[in-house]
Parts: sequence; structure tokens; C-alpha cells
Amino acid sequence: MIAEFGLAALWLAAALAGLQLLAGAMGLRADANQGGAEIAALVRPAAVVQALLCALAFGALLLLFVRTDLSVALVARNSHSAKPLIFKLAGAWGNHEGSMLLWVSVMALAGGLIALLERRLPERTMLATLAAQAFVGLGFYAFLLISSNPFERLNPAPPEGAGLNPLLQDLGLAFHPPTLYMGYVGLSVAFSFAVGALLTRQVTPEFAKVMRPWILGAWIFLTLGITAGSYWAYYELGWGGWWFWDPVENASLMPWLAATALLHSASVLASRDALRAWTIMLGVVAFSMSMIGTFLVRSGILTSVHAFAVDPERGTFILALLTLYIGGALLLFAVRANTIAEGERFSVLSREGALVVNNVALSAILGIVLLGTLYPLLTEAFGVRVSVGPPYFNPVGAIFFLPMLLVLAVGPMLRWRRDSFERIQAPVVAIAVVALAVLAGVYFLAGIKLLPLLGMTLAAAVAVAAFMPLRGRSLLRLPLPVWGMVVAHFGVAVALFGMAADSAFQQERLVAAQVGETVEDGPWRITLIAVEPVAGPNWTALEATLQASYKGGEPTVLHPQARSFWTPPQETSESALLTRWNGQLYSVIGGEAEGDRWQLRLWWKPFVTWIWYGGVLIALGGLLALVGRLSGDLRRRSAQAQIALRRGGTAA
Amino acid sequence: MTSFRWILLALVAGLFGLFAYMLTQRKDEFVHSAMVGQPIPAFALPPAVEDRPGLSSHDLADGQPKLLNIFASWCVPCAAEAPNLAKLEASGATIVGVAIRDRSEDVGAFLAAYGNPFSRIGKDDISAVQLSLGSSGVPETFVIDGRGVIRYQHIGDIRDSDVSVLLAELREAGA
Repeated sequence: MIAEFGLAALWLAAALAGLQLLAGAMGLRADANQGGAEIAALVRPAAVVQALLCALAFGALLLLFVRTDLSVALVARNSHSAKPLIFKLAGAWGNHEGSMLLWVSVMALAGGLIALLERRLPERTMLATLAAQAFVGLGFYAFLLISSNPFERLNPAPPEGAGLNPLLQDLGLAFHPPTLYMGYVGLSVAFSFAVGALLTRQVTPEFAKVMRPWILGAWIFLTLGITAGSYWAYYELGWGGWWFWDPVENASLMPWLAATALLHSASVLASRDALRAWTIMLGVVAFSMSMIGTFLVRSGILTSVHAFAVDPERGTFILALLTLYIGGALLLFAVRANTIAEGERFSVLSREGALVVNNVALSAILGIVLLGTLYPLLTEAFGVRVSVGPPYFNPVGAIFFLPMLLVLAVGPMLRWRRDSFERIQAPVVAIAVVALAVLAGVYFLAGIKLLPLLGMTLAAAVAVAAFMPLRGRSLLRLPLPVWGMVVAHFGVAVALFGMAADSAFQQERLVAAQVGETVEDGPWRITLIAVEPVAGPNWTALEATLQASYKGGEPTVLHPQARSFWTPPQETSESALLTRWNGQLYSVIGGEAEGDRWQLRLWWKPFVTWIWYGGVLIALGGLLALVGRLSGDLRRRSAQAQIALRRGGTAA
Repeated sequence: MTSFRWILLALVAGLFGLFAYMLTQRKDEFVHSAMVGQPIPAFALPPAVEDRPGLSSHDLADGQPKLLNIFASWCVPCAAEAPNLAKLEASGATIVGVAIRDRSEDVGAFLAAYGNPFSRIGKDDISAVQLSLGSSGVPETFVIDGRGVIRYQHIGDIRDSDVSVLLAELREAGA
């Protein structure tokens, strides 16, 4: 019954999305007459009820997984009665159908929230936005109900479920995909707002303020998702790298780049009423990148280390949705953008000017990543196989990344509209001095390669510059969004320093060591104590016992493993990490070498953890800004309510 | 700015066209050798087992077309294709082998268990010859004509249906 109930709730929600779209469209057309207003009054309630129905459907799926109802095909394929509860729950969204239901549910919840709370925009723009949201939602409902029904029954029910693979029982794996999905779906709200504004030609600072918390929320989730994904690849794959320019990684990076640009251009629109058409286009592009990413990952047309089940029917379906939404929105943009009045003017040397440079650089990097990701696909269509990797992405991306960081250092100090160089001369000189000192110091002391050298220099410059906006301001009175900007920009410096230090100073040793032998790697002395076989529930492994001591200090024990799984047969390296504040020792054991020796791979990676600390700081900055914006909105709202109350009181 | 918008739209349309086209294409996961049609590079491998001689590029240009099978004792599909290699040998094919990253005693045990269809077996400890042939995995089987030119590459284990294909390719290489 639960499954049928969930399916019915889903169909009803889809029907309500249809109603929301129709009523919204009719309300928009029949503006003036009374009938239009009556029909339009249906839109908000439809969105709210749709959200409730989706929440019910998702709740039903969770309940099915908690009960391990094996008569439901999805549960039988992905769960097992002996699984711990947390992984039973995670199993609900850890597969194609469940994750699409999660996607649709979060989207409906977002739509419901907007319908319930948002009163700042003109009602016509809200109608258009909610209609657009319903239009996008309908496509995903169709996808879910026609080709990916999560509530499908299985008759007869199997005696036990097939999903007890311990490899997949990993907390990181359970929460990484939904985190990214939250980001993608948040961008769908920005997309709907952009389409709504285009349809009604209402691109105002208010519009940017309404859209901004959604972009911020999505951006925080994307930042965390990418950071966590990068760390997961780092410790799980056993290759010592933290970013591989894999198509799936790029699929999450591209929406992030677009969202970062959008975040900054929306703040220009909100504060200064400039960059109207550009902000709208980024709103469309950001969600388009999410959908293209999902398509690339799910259709299997690109080869990647992330092997998903490939299904041409689903690929075709998503492609049809892509064409409809992205093509439609861009067409609308191309037709309408001329009619959006040009915003306020500003001089080149101004906060807006700096943010334009930031936007252009981010868009250029986005274009570079997109081209690198799709190029193999393009040549394959002509029968040529190529792969595009770090030799392309790193230097070509750096061309735009470096000027962006320079602007990041200086931009926040500039005033809106027009500024003079004399006013900011002193801090700029101070930052330049710090940068040059670091450049010279690192160059003469360490003599490292160009890109890491530039990375370290800019990291120092950005770190100092990040705190410059605090100059001469009362720290207690400083608005939270400014704190958010400071923390996020400092996070960029921290992450950049980690990347540069890791690539410049990492020390790798590949040795064939006998038991008892001691190996040096940078400041570490590592002794191979023993190699022993160990067994897990569905694997056997060779486990090494290593004793590592940093600069002659107390030794610590590490246990890297070379695991062999039986079903499916697969060899994995379980790396063992030793974390200090200033870096990580990364150890991997390979196979047996000749003469009772064991292949050991050791890396000393100075400051590598700072990459992820930086990512977390960036997300934290976003969170501070979000809390600041939301609490500001709440205060304004309650103040307005009080004013209205007082007015009502005097009138009566 | 206006023309830029339409260019963007055209680019996106082109991109979706590419996506649609690639969706209709069957995914080919094999890495085909660029060496097909080329003479094999010069090499000389020591014997992998005591009772068979090693393998050099000269042995492959002695006027007689051959099958060159890349295998390893640690490779499960190699054991699976052993009966079909035996069938090919029984049909008159000359088969030479290259053992990849293997130990002599393991190769010996493997051949004792699954049969030995090879007239020569070279021991390729660092995959040097494998890579120079343009092979990316085990097992793979190449058809080499009498002048030492690679004529055909078969990727993966030899299934029942592949036997006749390989025999036909071998006949054509000899013609």
C-alpha cells in the first residue's frame, strides 16, 4: 500500500504542477480582466500542495526502505534487511530512481517555499517564475513517472535484497550525491526567477535580492559537495592526487563556476542596478550547466572513472529535457534581452568594474573546462580518440585564474560606481610588497616551478587582501555578508596555498622494502614492521604495518592495505594517512616484489589538507552571508509588519 | 551583443546535436591498435618456459602467417579462451605467445593446466612488446603475415564465434 500511496502522491503532484503551469500562463495572458486574477490565485496554493505531496512521496520511499519492503523493485535491488538503518535510508537516494525523486521533491519544496513566503516581487513576475518552476518540474515528473518509477513492484518478491555491498556503505558516498543535488536544484530556482523576469521584463535590484539567497544556498552545497568529493577521490583512489579533471568532476565544477559568477553579478544588480542582462544570462547558464552535467554523467556518453549504469532511453529523455529547457530559455533570452533596459553606468575603476573582470574570468574558465570536457566527445564523433588532461586544464585555466585573483585582492576595497587609484594606493602597495616578498623568498629559498610559485605569491596576496575590507570598520557592527566575503576570500587563499605547496613540495618515494627496512621520505623515517594477510566480510587484504616518525619524534603506526574483493572481483588500495597540521603522510602498499620485498609508495604532502580547509572556509563564508541576508530580510519583514499594524491601529 | 546571443544559441544547438548523435552511437570501449597495417617493431624476448624457445621479431617474418597471443597466467579470460586457442592450433594455425608480467613457474603451471598451443613464448616483463604492438590489455590476439606486418587485432578473449573469423583472417594474411 505504501508504494501505491507514494506513486499516487507523485502523480497528483505532477498534476498540480500542470495546474500551476496552466494557471500561471493564463493569469499572465489575461492580465486585466477579473477571470485572470481568479485563475492566477490558484498558482501559489498549487505550488504549496505540490510540495507537500512530493514530501509525502519521498517519505513513502524512505519508509519502504526502512521496512525493507522487498516487493518494491528498487528496495530489492538496493537494500538488504541486515543493513544498518542509516545505510537503508541512504539507499533510498543512492540510486537513479530515488535520486531523481529526491531532485523533484527538493525542487517542489523550493517552489512551495517561494509561493508561501515571497511577496517582494511584482505578482506578475511571481506568476511567471512559479509557472517556469512548474514547467521545469513537469519534465522531471515525466522522466520519473515514465522511465524511472521508484515505486515499481516486483512479483514475486525475492527472499532477500541484493544491496549489501560494504563497498557502498560509506557515509561520504551516502551524503555526497544529495549535497550536489541540493546545489543543482537551488540553481533551478535561480533559473526560474531568471525566466520569470525575462517573461515580464522586470529585472530590478529587488529581483536580484530575492534570487540571491537561493544562489547562495545552492553555491554553499556545491562548494561542500566538490570539496568532499575531492577529498574522497584523494583518499579512496590511492593515487595521491586530489583533482583529476575527470568529466564527472568537471560536471560539478562547471555549475559552481557559473554560480560563483552569478553570485557576484547578482550582488552588482542588487546594490547598483547594473549588469541586468548579464545576470539573467548567468541565471540561465548556471542551471543549464547542472543539467548538462547530469546528462553527461547519467547518459554514459563520456568515459569516466565514475561508472554509472548506462541507459540510452534515460539519456534520450534527459537530452529532450535539456533541449526544451536550455534551448527554450536561451531562445527567450536572445529574443528578449534587447528589451531589458540597460542598467546603471559605472566607470572601469570601481567595484562594478572589478566584478565584471571577475565575471569574465570565471566565464572564461567555465568555457575552458566545458571545451576540455566535451572535446573528446567531439573528436570521437569523427572517429578520433583523444583524452584531455592536466596539461591542458592547468596552464590554460591559469591564464584567467591569475588575473581573477589579482582582481579579487583589489576589488573589495573599491567603491561602487567610481573610484580613484589614489584612495586605495596605500593598501594596494602593502599587498604588492607582501606578494613580492613571498615571491622573492620562495624563489630564492626553494626554487620551484612557475605555476606553484605564482600560486604561493597570489595566495599570500589574497590572504592579506581578504582582510583589507575590515580596515577602519567596527568589527562588531560589520554586517554578516561582509564577514562572509572576508572568510570566503581568505578560504580561496588557504586552498590556493595548499594546492601550490602540495604540487611544489610533495616528496614521493617508491621503494621495494624488506620487513625491518627503514625508508626516508622528506622529514619522515618510515619502517616497515610487518606485512600480514587480513580478511573482511567480502575481501581479503595484505596489510602493512608501518611505523612513521616525523623528524625523529614519537613513531606512529599506519596500516595501508591492498584489498581484493570477491564479488565483484576488484583490487583496491586502501591508503593510510597520517595528518599533521602542516601536511599529510600518504602511504599505499602495492604487490609483492622479488626477494621478499614489498612495493611501498609514500608521499609527504606538505599543507595538502589546506586545500579542503580552504573549501570549507569558502562554504562557511557563503553560510555567513546567507544567514546575514536572511536575518536582514526577516528584520525588514517584521518591521514592515509593525508599521502596517500601527497604520491599521491609527486608521481604526 | 545581439549577434553574440544568436551565436551562443547556435553553439548550444550544435552541442545538443552532437549529444544526440553520440547517444545513437554504440559505445566502443576497446582501444584499437594504431599498429594494424604496420610492420611489427624489432624486439627479442627471452623464453618464458624451458621447453619452448623465446620470441623475436625475426621469428615473425619467416614467410608463414601466425597468430600472436598476448596472455598471462594471472589473467582469468586467458584461461577461458584456452580451448579455442587449442581449436585454432588443431585447425593448423601457428600460434606464438607473449607472457605479460609473469613468472616462469606460474606460466608453466598455467600451460600445464590449460594446455600449450604455443610454438614459441616470449617473456615480456615490463609490457614493452605489448605496448609496441599497440595492445592495451590481456588477452589480445594479433594476426601477423609472413612479412611481419600486423594484419588484424582481436581484443579480449577468443569466443567460439571468433575462431572462424581468426582462421579467415589468417588465410587472407597468407594469400
